Amino acid sequence: MLTIENLHAQIEEKKILNGVDLDVKAGEVHAIMGPNGSGKSTLSAVIAGHQSYEVTEGAMILEGENLSELDAEERAHKGIFLSFQYPVEIPGVSVTNFIKTAINANRKAKGHEDMPANVMLKKIREKSNLLEIDSRFLSRSLNEGFSGGEKKRNEIFQMAMLEPKLSILDETDSGLDIDALKIVANGVNKLRSKDNAIVVITHYQRLLEYIVPDFVHVLFDGKIVKSGTKKLAIELEEKGYDWIKEMA
Amino acid sequence: MEFKEKLLASHLAFEGGIDLSDPVHQTRLESLKTFEQKGFPSRKDEAWKYTSLNAMIRNDFALFPETETTIEIKKVKKYFLYEIDTYKVVFIDGAYSPFLSDTTHDGLDVCLMSAALSKAKYRKFIDSYFNKIANIKDSLTALNTSYTKEGAYIYVPKSVVAEKPIELIHFSTGRDKPLWLQPRNLIVVDKNAQVQILERHQSLKPHEVVTNSVTEIFTHQDAFLDYYKIQNDFSTASLIDNTYISQQKNSNVSMHTFSLGGKLTRNNLNFYLKGNNANATLKGVTILDKKQHVDHYTLVDHIKPNCESHQDYKGVFSEGAVGVFNGKIHVDKIAQKTNAFQQNNNVLLDDKATVNTKPQLEIFADDVKCSHGCTVGQLDEEALFYLQSRGIPKKEAKALMTYAFANNVLESVELPVLKKRINILIAKKLGVNLGFEL
Repeated sequence: MLTIENLHAQIEEKKILNGVDLDVKAGEVHAIMGPNGSGKSTLSAVIAGHQSYEVTEGAMILEGENLSELDAEERAHKGIFLSFQYPVEIPGVSVTNFIKTAINANRKAKGHEDMPANVMLKKIREKSNLLEIDSRFLSRSLNEGFSGGEKKRNEIFQMAMLEPKLSILDETDSGLDIDALKIVANGVNKLRSKDNAIVVITHYQRLLEYIVPDFVHVLFDGKIVKSGTKKLAIELEEKGYDWIKEMA
Repeated sequence: MEFKEKLLASHLAFEGGIDLSDPVHQTRLESLKTFEQKGFPSRKDEAWKYTSLNAMIRNDFALFPETETTIEIKKVKKYFLYEIDTYKVVFIDGAYSPFLSDTTHDGLDVCLMSAALSKAKYRKFIDSYFNKIANIKDSLTALNTSYTKEGAYIYVPKSVVAEKPIELIHFSTGRDKPLWLQPRNLIVVDKNAQVQILERHQSLKPHEVVTNSVTEIFTHQDAFLDYYKIQNDFSTASLIDNTYISQQKNSNVSMHTFSLGGKLTRNNLNFYLKGNNANATLKGVTILDKKQHVDHYTLVDHIKPNCESHQDYKGVFSEGAVGVFNGKIHVDKIAQKTNAFQQNNNVLLDDKATVNTKPQLEIFADDVKCSHGCTVGQLDEEALFYLQSRGIPKKEAKALMTYAFANNVLESVELPVLKKRINILIAKKLGVNLGFEL
């Protein structure tokens, strides 16, 4: 589904990604782990099309199509979704209105009419149940005054609504207590299918107990230095990242 | 002949059309002298540093247009809050339009300045209020006073709560052009009375028009006034709005100014807090493009102790638009326990727009809380990325962000139908259909 080849990226002359290779197939869950500053969040931002990063070498291919030339919104239309570590507050625009705008923008890009209001409403109800979100929450201004847990639940709610092909969850576990973590992970698991793929970016193994990955990769100094199964995550939890650093 | 000379010379002709024995004629003559001495302000005046009238006054304006007091309703319906019942005082090229208006004397007076000036029963009011809070030294105010003839006269008696909002609408048709209009409004809200007022100056097609308006407002003890100025005119229309508000003890006045279009708009908004515990709110949303110019020049004068004032102005500028905000807060020596806040935030959508913002605090009391802040910046790139990553195109993303930026000013609009209208106006102004009604 997504193939990343020898990806190099920099921000303001500072090189952050130094040749990332990654192959994610439909139905798979990949975890990318690594110490602080290894380039995890940069990788997710670059895949999603953040303009501040310059891709200097390599390619990102989604279902045969090169993403590099596309704007962030065009990548979203192709089926890329990024759950943000720090979602942005938008006062005066409710969660419901925001998601309606996003869904209809995606439909418009594909040449479809707006989603009928009753269909939209039904879908909102269904997906908000999945994440145990109540209706009062849906009428609040997007992310304004939300707790950490509410913000992340709202991110996964948007993922559920937009039904992306490839979702990148950037540090979705940060700032979550165990109950919120379970709700979020449960939501993600229900969204897994043989047709989509998920890349989980995390510093800790904790989230991977709930969202069990097929593959685990260790990113260090802008490169994937080791790949394995979920056992690798457990090994990292026990030993820390120092041995990886030495190995690199 | 320069326009100033024309204004002075034309006053004799103006006198031919009014009753020279009315109670304000001496005031007119004195004001004309003030204008003669001072003339139009120039950029040498500190208060006009960022706004020049030079180009404007090179025009030869018509002062006494041929008037027609009926227009087809369907042509102007959209400028009214037609969804709800309102009192209306409507003028077309400066003349009262009975056809479009809906005035009253039942419980409160919603009528005309010309009526108030000509009828004996209003004499006491005119003597007590006319030109009593306006700054008689201000040349443009004096010019308006010297040509006082028509406008709205509103009196809400003691403890009366107006059942419907009042709309003051000044249309200009563009039949004579360019056109110079000078409406004069007087509004008195007596003790414990409440009223909502909307004011709008609107041309019906693109044509050169300048409105030099003066509105005097008196709110008595415990009175409540909720006032909205809607400025969304063609970019051929200019407005110099001089509004003076006197507030007595415990009175509450809220003024929203929506500046969404016009060639040159200057809002001279003056609050005088003359009684203890008076509360003044000044809010504004300005969204301008294409060389439009808005200058908000506010004064909040804390004359008595324990009063509160809140100013919150948001501006969004692009494509050569110019925004000016000058906010003066004066706190008198005896005005202890004053709370005065001022905030002016601006977003520049491109590098061709300009903002000049200047807080001006003059505090002579020692036990007060005063704060001010101003910012000029761009839309947050991270936030735009967030919206784009959800598939929302950049243009719509910018519009949503802009809307969010202005939102807390919109939140305090107390008339739901107006709030909805303003939201639609803003979405239109930003050139997007956001896919939902904001």
